[in-house]
Amino acid sequence: MLSKVAERLYWTARHLERVESTARLVSVYDSLLFDLPNDLDISWYNLVTLNSADDLFAERYKNRDERNVVKFLLADDTNPSSMLSALKMVRENVRTTRDVLPQESWEMVNELYIFANENIQQGINRSARHEFLNKMVKGCQQINGLLMGTMCRDASWQFLRLGRNLERADMMTRLLDAGAAAQIQGEAETHVLISQIVWGNVLRSSSAELSYRRTMRSAVHESDVAEFLLEDPYFPRSLHFCLSSMLSAIKDLPNNAKAKTALQKASKVHFELDESKRLGVEFREYLNQQQLNLNDMHQMFNETWFAIIQRGSE
Amino acid sequence: MSIDWKQYDSNNFFDELIGDNGIPRASAERLVEHLESLEEGELESRKQMAEATIQEMGVSFTVYTEEGNIDRAWPFDIIPRTISAQQWERTAAGLKQRLKALNMFIGDLYDKQQIIKDGVIPAHIVLESKNFRPECIGIKPAHGVWAHICGTDLVRDSDGEFYVLEDNLRVPSGVAYMLENRAITKRVLPELFQKEAIQSITDYPARLFDTLVSISPRKIKRPEIVVLTPGIFNSAYFEHAYLAQQMGTELVEGSDLVVGKDDCVYMRTIAGLERVDVIYRRIDDLFLDPEMFQKDSVLGVPGLMRAWQAGNVALANAPGAGVADDKVVYAYVPDIIRYYLKEEPLIKNVKTYLCDDPEQRQYVIEHISELVIKPANESGGYGMLIGPHSTKKEQAQFIKLINADPRNYVAQPTLALSTAPTLVGKDLAEPRHLDLRPFVLQGKNSYVTTGGLTRVAMKKGSLVVNSSQGGGSKDTWIVNGGDADAI
Repeated sequence: MLSKVAERLYWTARHLERVESTARLVSVYDSLLFDLPNDLDISWYNLVTLNSADDLFAERYKNRDERNVVKFLLADDTNPSSMLSALKMVRENVRTTRDVLPQESWEMVNELYIFANENIQQGINRSARHEFLNKMVKGCQQINGLLMGTMCRDASWQFLRLGRNLERADMMTRLLDAGAAAQIQGEAETHVLISQIVWGNVLRSSSAELSYRRTMRSAVHESDVAEFLLEDPYFPRSLHFCLSSMLSAIKDLPNNAKAKTALQKASKVHFELDESKRLGVEFREYLNQQQLNLNDMHQMFNETWFAIIQRGSE
Repeated sequence: MSIDWKQYDSNNFFDELIGDNGIPRASAERLVEHLESLEEGELESRKQMAEATIQEMGVSFTVYTEEGNIDRAWPFDIIPRTISAQQWERTAAGLKQRLKALNMFIGDLYDKQQIIKDGVIPAHIVLESKNFRPECIGIKPAHGVWAHICGTDLVRDSDGEFYVLEDNLRVPSGVAYMLENRAITKRVLPELFQKEAIQSITDYPARLFDTLVSISPRKIKRPEIVVLTPGIFNSAYFEHAYLAQQMGTELVEGSDLVVGKDDCVYMRTIAGLERVDVIYRRIDDLFLDPEMFQKDSVLGVPGLMRAWQAGNVALANAPGAGVADDKVVYAYVPDIIRYYLKEEPLIKNVKTYLCDDPEQRQYVIEHISELVIKPANESGGYGMLIGPHSTKKEQAQFIKLINADPRNYVAQPTLALSTAPTLVGKDLAEPRHLDLRPFVLQGKNSYVTTGGLTRVAMKKGSLVVNSSQGGGSKDTWIVNGGDADAI
């Protein structure tokens, strides 16, 4: 398979995942804010911080209000991670890899792209937001469903899998970090115990609520939530699951030795969860380290499979 | 009732669907009847459906403007153009004949140049062509074929006969649009496909693939075939991707390929370098290889010509094939057919005046307001003068151009291009001029598409059908049964 095609597939999956997680994130944030005490200053702006986009946001907007944040996250074309920007990247990548993807995938991506652009205002205004974002999530699931149901499990599929799981793992560390940050900040400012609300929201953001209950058989408790989202071997968005999916994706790819070692190493790093302790600064440091690891892995994939241009021209 | 055919008048132009007195031609009878039977406004909603389909299928082409490249939706008219199977059979035979002779001609030019020695075509006409490549002399491509894929532009004059307007032997485009037009029509007018005996066109990608396999230098079971595109900003990128997908081959850009020390071509894959056997290239000769041609080309592959000359890779079309689609050489094609095949041409040429010849040049200058002036080597309708639609100032400018470089200009009478009903408003069809571009393949075997791409000038009275200049297109039906359309 062409290096360039592998790279485009990898990014197709990453961006598609980004579209879905951004839609999901904005759509569950409403309910979180309704549930929190009014005097607490946890705002929409946290979503910008969670995406490490503070500087970019500051260039474009003064007001950190709901409208600006939602606009920035969903529609802003100067934000390369906004939902529409990510979807545009999906479209461009699929457009240039039409020759290896199922024929309908281009049509489906294109339809979603047209739908998103025509209806984006619904996502920015509050009244129809939930419905619109739901449709976006469904659109992504439809595309993933098509790929899953029709693609050969050859290298193209594995690169899609690799991209999807790297993006998921990255998003998971960010969600957990946002949860920990909200809790630390909240408890300093108010006496209400917000732990339940915050971690319940983290679960919902990754569609993990029911699986969590079934698996952990407990009410929402911070260290259980962290354990589930980091370590659960069966939940498809847990960090552990994403790392093992990446390992399995590269199993038969050529020149995979270095990537294999790095992934194995990363899966062995665990955070010592202690039920009696709150999740605090150390937890955030651990998540930060995992984000850096994921970034290194991306660099490695890049050097191993995509950037053969330099090597080949010798 | 929808379209009222009594109101339809093609003004003495040959109309593809409607004959004299508003009576449909044999091949169009059922189509016209069906269109008539639709409820009021139904056509309009089918048209909207077609537009939505085109957008969803992402059928687009890119237009270069000063503001940047715009991806435009493919302009499409839902009323198909019909041709009787009998007439098509004759035309297809003529197209094969023509390409066969042209390939023999190109092969001869890069070999013994017997046709020049025998005085059939003057040496300077060929050797001064911008598309004559001395680098190709002595090369012997498989099966003696240089132009493997040819897009021949046909027009019908008022006498109802097909004429060849030009041969495109370099990188002809449009075949993907032909295939997509059919896919759209099947969605928009499905009931007609049950009633009519419309010949299928779907086997083109498979035939193209077979043609490319047949020219592989390595006789192995699965030769590596790639489509070489200039990239996403090329106006025909959609087609490049489409064909690669339909053939199950890799779509590559120049940067994906490298020529090794062994003069073989390789592509960069996740596992390292893999040998390439056949390149269906969709970039012009001069951009193919910066080592040999345009030095600053980033589209091409350094060393590609070396690999081709060494016989390690096949290029389709072969470099240098364009020498035969020069518009001056065009005038000699009937003689070329007679010379190599000892046959009369089955499809006629349009009368062509060569400005290179002093007498003919004089005629052209005197009659410039009646003629179409074409540069010898442009495509896409650029750099043309359409006499009857031009100003005195434009004419004077062209006379200057012709005198400065007579070899580079030809002139043809303005043809009374045929028309076909085209939807221009609610339940309203008016005649619009059109042409036809069938695609002809030649490798070990030859093949002609069933019909081709019909391009239509969407503006009233306009003769310019190029998509880059506001033209649209129609699905083209070769219809079985019935007699040939009475002419």
